[in-house]
Amino acid sequence: MVWIRSMRNCVWGCRGLSPAMLPRLLQLQGGAFHRVSSHRRAVSGDSQPPLPSQAKVVICGGGIVGTSVAYHLAKLGWNDILLLEQGRLGAGTTRMCAGIVSVAKAISIESQMADYSNSLYQQLEEETGVNTGYVKTGSLCLAQNQDRFLSLKRLASRLRVMGINCSIIKPKEISKLHSLVNIHDLVGALHLPGDAVVSPPDVNRALAVSAAGQGVQILERTTVQQVLVEKGHVTAVETDRGPISCEYFVNCAGQWGYELGQASEVKVSIPLHGCEHFYLLSKPLKQPLPSNTPVVMDMDGRIYVRPWQGGVLSGGFEKNPKPIFTEGRNQLEVQNMQEDWDHFEPMLSALLRRMPQLESEEIQQLVNCPESFTPDMRCLMGETPGVHGYFVLAGMNSSGLALAGGAGRYLAEWMVYGSPTANVWPLDIKRFGNLQSSRTFLRHRVMEVMPLLYELKVPRWDYQTGRQLRTSPLYDRLDTQGARWMEKHGFERPKYFVPAGKDLLSLDHSKTFYKPDWFDLVGSEVKCCKEAVCVIDMSSFTKFELTSTGDQALDYLQFLCANDVDVPVGHMVHTGMLNERGGYENDCSVVRLSKNSFFVISPSDQQVHCWSWMKKHMPNDPQLHLEDVSWKYTALNLIGPRATDILAELSYVSMTPDHFPSMFCKEMSVGYANGIRVMRMTHTGEPGFMLYIPIEYALHVYNEVMSVGQKYGVRNAGYYALRSLRIEKFFAFWGQDLDSFTTPLECGREFRVKLDSDMDFVGREALLRQRQEGVARRFVMLVLEEHDTELDLWPWWGEPILRNKEMVGATTSSAYSYTLERHVCLGFVETPGGLAADFVTRGDYEVDIAGQLYAAKAKLYPFSSLLSQQRRRKDQLDLGTLTTE
Amino acid sequence: MPGAWQLFRGLPRTKILASSLLPCQHQSHSGPVPHQAPPRHPSLSWRLRPVSRSYRATPNLHSYTLTPPQVNSILKANEYSFKVPEFDGKNVSSVMGFDSNQLPANAPIEDRRSVATCLQTRGMLMAVFDGHAGCACAQALSERLFYYIAVSLLPHETLCELEEAVEAGRALSPILQWHKHPNDYFSREAQSLYFNSLRTYWQELIDLSSPGEVPETGEALLNAFKRLDNDLSLEAQVGDPNAYLHYWVLRVAFSGATACVVHIDGSDLFIANSGDGRAVLGVQEEDGSFTAHTLSNDHNAQNEDELARIRGEHPPSEKKTVIRQDRLLGLLMPFRAFGDVKFKWSIELQKRVLESGPDQLHENEHTKFIPPNYHTPPYLTAEPEITHHRLRPQDRFLVIGSDGLWETLHRQEVVRVVGGYLTGSQQQQPLTVGGYKVTLGQMQGLLEERKARTSSAFEDQNAATHLMRHAVGNNEFGTVDHERLSKMLSLPEELARMYRDDITIIVSQFNPHVIGSQRRENQS
Repeated sequence: MVWIRSMRNCVWGCRGLSPAMLPRLLQLQGGAFHRVSSHRRAVSGDSQPPLPSQAKVVICGGGIVGTSVAYHLAKLGWNDILLLEQGRLGAGTTRMCAGIVSVAKAISIESQMADYSNSLYQQLEEETGVNTGYVKTGSLCLAQNQDRFLSLKRLASRLRVMGINCSIIKPKEISKLHSLVNIHDLVGALHLPGDAVVSPPDVNRALAVSAAGQGVQILERTTVQQVLVEKGHVTAVETDRGPISCEYFVNCAGQWGYELGQASEVKVSIPLHGCEHFYLLSKPLKQPLPSNTPVVMDMDGRIYVRPWQGGVLSGGFEKNPKPIFTEGRNQLEVQNMQEDWDHFEPMLSALLRRMPQLESEEIQQLVNCPESFTPDMRCLMGETPGVHGYFVLAGMNSSGLALAGGAGRYLAEWMVYGSPTANVWPLDIKRFGNLQSSRTFLRHRVMEVMPLLYELKVPRWDYQTGRQLRTSPLYDRLDTQGARWMEKHGFERPKYFVPAGKDLLSLDHSKTFYKPDWFDLVGSEVKCCKEAVCVIDMSSFTKFELTSTGDQALDYLQFLCANDVDVPVGHMVHTGMLNERGGYENDCSVVRLSKNSFFVISPSDQQVHCWSWMKKHMPNDPQLHLEDVSWKYTALNLIGPRATDILAELSYVSMTPDHFPSMFCKEMSVGYANGIRVMRMTHTGEPGFMLYIPIEYALHVYNEVMSVGQKYGVRNAGYYALRSLRIEKFFAFWGQDLDSFTTPLECGREFRVKLDSDMDFVGREALLRQRQEGVARRFVMLVLEEHDTELDLWPWWGEPILRNKEMVGATTSSAYSYTLERHVCLGFVETPGGLAADFVTRGDYEVDIAGQLYAAKAKLYPFSSLLSQQRRRKDQLDLGTLTTE
Repeated sequence: MPGAWQLFRGLPRTKILASSLLPCQHQSHSGPVPHQAPPRHPSLSWRLRPVSRSYRATPNLHSYTLTPPQVNSILKANEYSFKVPEFDGKNVSSVMGFDSNQLPANAPIEDRRSVATCLQTRGMLMAVFDGHAGCACAQALSERLFYYIAVSLLPHETLCELEEAVEAGRALSPILQWHKHPNDYFSREAQSLYFNSLRTYWQELIDLSSPGEVPETGEALLNAFKRLDNDLSLEAQVGDPNAYLHYWVLRVAFSGATACVVHIDGSDLFIANSGDGRAVLGVQEEDGSFTAHTLSNDHNAQNEDELARIRGEHPPSEKKTVIRQDRLLGLLMPFRAFGDVKFKWSIELQKRVLESGPDQLHENEHTKFIPPNYHTPPYLTAEPEITHHRLRPQDRFLVIGSDGLWETLHRQEVVRVVGGYLTGSQQQQPLTVGGYKVTLGQMQGLLEERKARTSSAFEDQNAATHLMRHAVGNNEFGTVDHERLSKMLSLPEELARMYRDDITIIVSQFNPHVIGSQRRENQS
């Protein structure tokens, strides 16, 4: 621990400010304390400034994340802010983290945050006078094999969309940039010239100094013990030094975030779990390494290397991580958290393989610094669903330093403006619920997540751990019929079915950027959907029931939904729930069950988010009742022309479109089971029905459908078939294509908005304004031409879209259309000045897949295809809703 | 691969040189079947030739390379584990359980092992017997000694109950619960003979003791040893009308065996040892490392006290002849043993018994062989040395082994290997760099070696097997070397004995919580 102690000395001793100065500075700015106390403190050295009795915001955690939030809140003009740290500022993970700020992140929003953090840290020294150790070293992501190289090329394409400078380079150029790297087994690298290294504790302190300068009070050695909640709103925190009343509480407790969440009066679920993380420090090399040597990320070797005081700092993400603090903070585990060389052996070998010259260099130390990880490798941010005013920013998955700047900024915006200025849904803590809060689940999952950070990720990979948590009653039936599963929000969903006799093993191990081996299986399922009928178990959908005694339910929904939901009983409506900006907070189907009760169907991962969105806008009326009935219904999707025949046979009711038009819902009996909600829609644009079955009837109805359906050629299908069907029909899915920054006008869904009626709803103003001003981005469908399905790379998402050789946007999802026999990508194109009507239709489009350009034909929604146009118009006439164009 | 000399390290010496002493060298493994013993191996004759320590050339006459699974199947053939059952979720015994294993070098193996729980008194018995000049004596000990000990430990009242039950023809309540590997057999034919001798013993005990008297453990062990050796001798002198049994008791008496017996009751640990078997305690130090604490003394030429004792028991004229070449009368390595009447009886008695013995004995030329300089018998005793140890919470385990183990591995190494195994390989002394100059390359080399060392630990579920693997396969780095292991195990039967001895190991693990609480109770 020698190094750590010396490092701490660095923090408090060497650099500019003495330990005593920081609090003094805070006191001066805060004005609440006098020089006397500071003087006394200097003498006794251990006394603390008194605890204020209240503050607008209390931030718990004085690491880089907490100080970044404080810094940005202060920048946005809030000043009654109190930051509490149980030990010393930046004494936790921040003190020991490796200090690399890289934009090479798995998803775009993270890269965006890292990019912002980088520029923030760069100017911080100038702003505060604190030396942050910022050096723009650039970084090299190495590829040992072609697949890794492909994934780096894809990353490069994504970064270019964001305007981040990067280049794909050859092995020879690597050795020009970094003399120590052994290039013999490399196929290439991604060079990110903008990446930097910093000294994390110094950045932490700079942020603290700046925040303090703007009025933030920082108290060390103050532990938050409990968060008090009244009527679902944060009212105060209890510390070991007394209570503080507050309006907002921000949990930035890092490792201890989970426990702190549990220590709230209303428990807050913060799904994160710690793992030990090791890195090695060398003594200065015989030929000291220049401080501007690029950072090396050798993900195939699972290691990173940065220059450090003339030597190197190298750590990694091993295959067999050591989870820690499963049972909470444990002194024994803290003590045992020592250098574990045997554990580090594979990474040391990888390091010496990458930089053989280091062999004769001396070791300084092996540092063990636990990091916290989340179930999906993404950090947790935002307001917690259960408690208003309780914000979280934690679980940084060892990218804390790189993300802290950007994430702190977005969280501050979230608190001040009510929402961040970018789409942070992938990081929103509301993507998780209580169901991801089990310690066992977290422990198992983070052991998978940590190695995954550096693992090669191919399209449509799935987590292997923490599975089979939520399942439909048909799970076993489907599994024995060859279902292959994926997981969404803890729910198992079939991907596709492997017929008996197929080689199962090879299918499970399909990992490729090219044509996957399930291609033909899904193809036959799609064919069956088109020609006969398929059954897809879609029970994972989020299902709410809204009831009231009077008109409250209708009024409330009319205000919340963009579409007119005042339809006759038995009709259903596709509608968005928009925010004030007109962006989609949710995209759902609303069924009017009776005059005053509605059935709301939303995507699976909306369970927590949509619930809290609806609760947030719900009038305080005891007569209005919202219930989550997701667990009560099994949902079967019967897709295909023969679905009508099956249902007719099972119910003795005519199911022809004349008797049962599209977008209708009927409660009827299927087989022996009564009370099945049958809806004529399939989420794919294909003919068919959705069946919402009370779970105790699920097996019966499924069995009946399968046995009666035999003569109509019924078979099981999975979500991959559904995906192919809906994308070729240009159906957007919330969470993939639609987000809180996308308006219905941008994706051609104006016909689902009641703009022309004078009913008010959330987002109406924004939409009217946008209709006036015109849209700057449009949702388009791109059909790839001259793309060889067999030989070319498949698109996934995030591919740049080029129009007349200029980058105009990126894709959001894609699938192979078995009908068109082409790849179809959905995505957005934009121009800053506003989009002319023929912008989309005129122009030569290309999609960039890992640097390779493929010509594409662009189409707008709704389709101009005659056939579907006619059908849609008819449907809409039936519904009496608006049409466009 | 280490040099050839490595393979000879700890080369075992045959325990008894002139095996001509045997009335018969041929025993079958499957139990006593008479008349089945033509000379089996032509090599047998030279095997029995006196051997000098500077042995012969290379071991790889037939260099079979065994695969790791083959090696495992050989090593694990005789492994046995027993876990003391928990009562009400708690283990109240100071012994958590034991692992044992045997690896033969002789064919058949001459080592025996026994473990049993005393049912009428408290405590657990464990013993390793190392036979020489055949396995008959060791076999008899493995069946009988524990009964003698158990009976010696019984209070007067229980002895009387036993006797009454036998008298009335009632079923006896069992005295011992055996924990036996399927290969550890009991001979059926001799059971009634054994039982009668035992009954005579307890009848005498009843006469000698008085009501309310509870025997002292050390005393009981001592008496049991002496009594059994005496019985072996008497049975051979008296003979048996059944020709087979007569032959069998002679074989037992003319062969020999050392015994190392451990009796554990609560935190009281008694060791009765006679011969060169050894019991070593693994003590965990505060820093987590293990040190060896030997609880028994070897009775051989390396033990000054034993040399003095034997020389003192015989007239000064024999001073030079009684121990020659570190052997008793120049022949026998252990200085205490059961059986071996060749070293105990007078010449007249030996001749008389042999003459009246079954014919098979005379077929062997060497039966008439009398040890040289045989003037003042007895030269040998089975009287054990008794050691008592009070278990402390830091005493984690006990290793009882035949000399085949101790001559290949130093006791400190034995304790390190077992300690490391029992506490999990993670307990391998963690590396710290603190202050030393270590380069990345050196560290990598060190780590790779440590990895190789721990990988062998995962193959074994049995501490004794793990120790065996090290005993046979260790290279100069204290790491198991598969090539070496494979060579040692693939030696043909007739060669094996030249490179290693029979190895028998019992590792028993203690329950520090129980021991700790017992100590507290005793102190308060």
